[in-house]
Amino acid sequence: MPEVVMPRLSDTMEEGVLSRWLKKEGDAVRQGDVIGEIDTDKATMELESFDDGVLEKLLVPEGTTVAIGQPLAVIGSGGRTAGTSTETSPDTASGTMPTRTVGIGPSPRLLSSPLARRDAARHGLDPATITGTGPGGRIVRADVEAAVVAMERSAVPGTTPRLDTNQPAPSSAPQPVPSSAPQGVPSSSPKPTPPPSTSDIHQLDAGTQADSVEVPLTQMRKVTARRLTESAAAPHFYLTIVVGMDRLLDFRREVNERFTDRGIRVSVTDLLVRACAVTLRAHPQVNSSWATDRILTHRRINVGVAVALADGLIVPVVTEADAKSLDQIAGETRNLAEKARAGTLSLQEFSGGTFTISNLGMFGIDNFTAVINPPEAAILAVGATTEEPYVQDGELRTRRVMKITLTSDHRVLDGATAAAFLSDLKRNLEDPLRIVI
Amino acid sequence: MTAVPTAGVPTEGGLQASKGDAIPLITYRQALNDALRAELTRDKNVILVGEEIGIFEGSYKITAGLLTEFGPERVRDTPIAEEGFVGAAIGAAMLGMRPVVEIMTLNFSLIAMDQIVNHAAKIYSMFGGQTPVPMVIRMPGGGGQQLAATHSQNLEVWFAHVPGLKVVAPATPADAKALLLAAIRDDDPVIFLENLSLYNTKGEVPDGDDVAQIGKAAVAREGTDLTVIAYSRATTVALQVARQLAEVGISIEVVDLRSLRPLDRETVCASVRKTSLAVVLEDDWLSYGIGAEISATLMEGAFDYLDAPVRRVAAAEVPLPYAETLELAALPDANDLIKVIREVLAATGFPR
Repeated sequence: MPEVVMPRLSDTMEEGVLSRWLKKEGDAVRQGDVIGEIDTDKATMELESFDDGVLEKLLVPEGTTVAIGQPLAVIGSGGRTAGTSTETSPDTASGTMPTRTVGIGPSPRLLSSPLARRDAARHGLDPATITGTGPGGRIVRADVEAAVVAMERSAVPGTTPRLDTNQPAPSSAPQPVPSSAPQGVPSSSPKPTPPPSTSDIHQLDAGTQADSVEVPLTQMRKVTARRLTESAAAPHFYLTIVVGMDRLLDFRREVNERFTDRGIRVSVTDLLVRACAVTLRAHPQVNSSWATDRILTHRRINVGVAVALADGLIVPVVTEADAKSLDQIAGETRNLAEKARAGTLSLQEFSGGTFTISNLGMFGIDNFTAVINPPEAAILAVGATTEEPYVQDGELRTRRVMKITLTSDHRVLDGATAAAFLSDLKRNLEDPLRIVI
Repeated sequence: MTAVPTAGVPTEGGLQASKGDAIPLITYRQALNDALRAELTRDKNVILVGEEIGIFEGSYKITAGLLTEFGPERVRDTPIAEEGFVGAAIGAAMLGMRPVVEIMTLNFSLIAMDQIVNHAAKIYSMFGGQTPVPMVIRMPGGGGQQLAATHSQNLEVWFAHVPGLKVVAPATPADAKALLLAAIRDDDPVIFLENLSLYNTKGEVPDGDDVAQIGKAAVAREGTDLTVIAYSRATTVALQVARQLAEVGISIEVVDLRSLRPLDRETVCASVRKTSLAVVLEDDWLSYGIGAEISATLMEGAFDYLDAPVRRVAAAEVPLPYAETLELAALPDANDLIKVIREVLAATGFPR
């Protein structure tokens, strides 16, 4: 009798919250049916049935945190009904079915190449925690290498790295390690839903009357904390530059007016994504990662944009942004931000970034420094556009300016390299045709 | 021992036309002829024995001009009697001559197997080392010439299986010469395997006395992603495939065995310990073939480094058909090798 178990839905996931059941006991289910929703550390994912049958027993109530591989529900044959569900024994079901339910499980015997076993042992990895992508699920060297990279990046003891089969290989492209956003995003940013923690705080407060209240950590908060702590190990340095914004904002207005009938609406962030991508193309050192024993310079330019959420932040990624037009980028960033706020981003959509932009301009922040999103080499913090007076030809005039600050990992980038990038970025932003061409 | 001579290593340059004039570009056939002439000149104990090698200059013209140059005492035409003239050559070798026997094709050696296996290979051991048997038996094998099943065989494992024999199978003109010089100077009976399809191939062959080391394989092309192990004609196919795949970013290392007994297991294992993937390309039949021995060698010497099973590309297990299309289909070629290489790479997540 098949069990439905908590699937592994992302690299960093160790447990998930069964947040909602979409089917109830006694419902008939078919393979591929969505029977529930799972909150992982980063997103809400669908729980699919891998079997046909009747949902005989829901083993956990909504809101339960369940470790990967632990049973969530039992699917029986059509002959059984909810009323007889007490007959179902998880023990008899656990022999083979969980692997089918997870969909990425090993065959009855763990298959691995001799080299993969040796490499895994050398890195202290248990082959049972590695997903094989070879024939019949055999673990091959590439799988171990990916697991090692994932382990190093997550840098958390006890994490069991898994290779998503969709991941690009470590040497050819950046690993889609879930990004987390870098700096303090105000928790009071506009949200479609109120932060769920608020009511918890009030309840706790009322109950204990203590000076402090305990706020349970969400998965996202845990991951954010871990990754930013990791980031603190990188020697940071900061470079700030002032960008004249008159031409860029005029350009944006013209684009939005001219193409309004086509539904194109370009934001300053979109222009920044495109400008950064174009500038990164000329400065590949900045489009790099620190990989402990070497530096990875990425061929693809994947620009992440930090998005504030009710209970954390996330960095969806515009992949290969240098190869995309402004309207494509605008469409994607809007779509990604909506999905981020709805918690429906897929792993791919917030993975694989090679550079991050964090814009707090809309909150009136004049200038700030962002914390690097590891293992990326740099992050751009964008402040608000303000008006300032200046003198030209003996006359007092005003112009619009924006301060941007680049935080760099000194292990990867030196001051002059980062400065050259930032200065080119300024030049491109001040001469917007350079962004388009 | 002479280290593996650079010019004797079957590099790609050795298989292609060369613009340089320092090293002559000659055929595999000419390289053999040169080596025979050089040894006949160097050592008066060297004699040539075989059918039609004198007046007719050999069925494949390997001995062209040698009868005229060295006379009938040293270039001996024999009756069509392989067992007889191989046996005679063994006797001559025991008494101090260095006979170089030509068997018209490898297929006819079957008539002389008792002499080769029971006598040439055993005498030194069975008679307490009283006399070595310093002889060479040259013979071409291989298919692809529409000579049908009994005249197209690759029976190298029959000989490579037998202790007391040495078996070499050069792939390039330079190796043909360097290994023939080594074979003639070796005190053991050496089976010298030529290949009909190699006789007209050209390559750089250094002048002079470049003597190969029997039992030493060569890395004919360095690579990082996968090792192809081959010998004789198959080496030329492997190098061609390696060049082709390099254009699409796949780095193939080619190990040319050169010697099948002794087998240079260390070079084979070292290469696979580096690349972790191995495919054997062999012209013989799959079952019990050279590839089986290489595969077992890798199990013993590189097991912990293998990221996928060793694969073999060999001839179809049928008596070779006469019809050209069927013959070509039965013989392993570049496309067969590429297909298997791609399967192995795909199974290990290439590109990594």
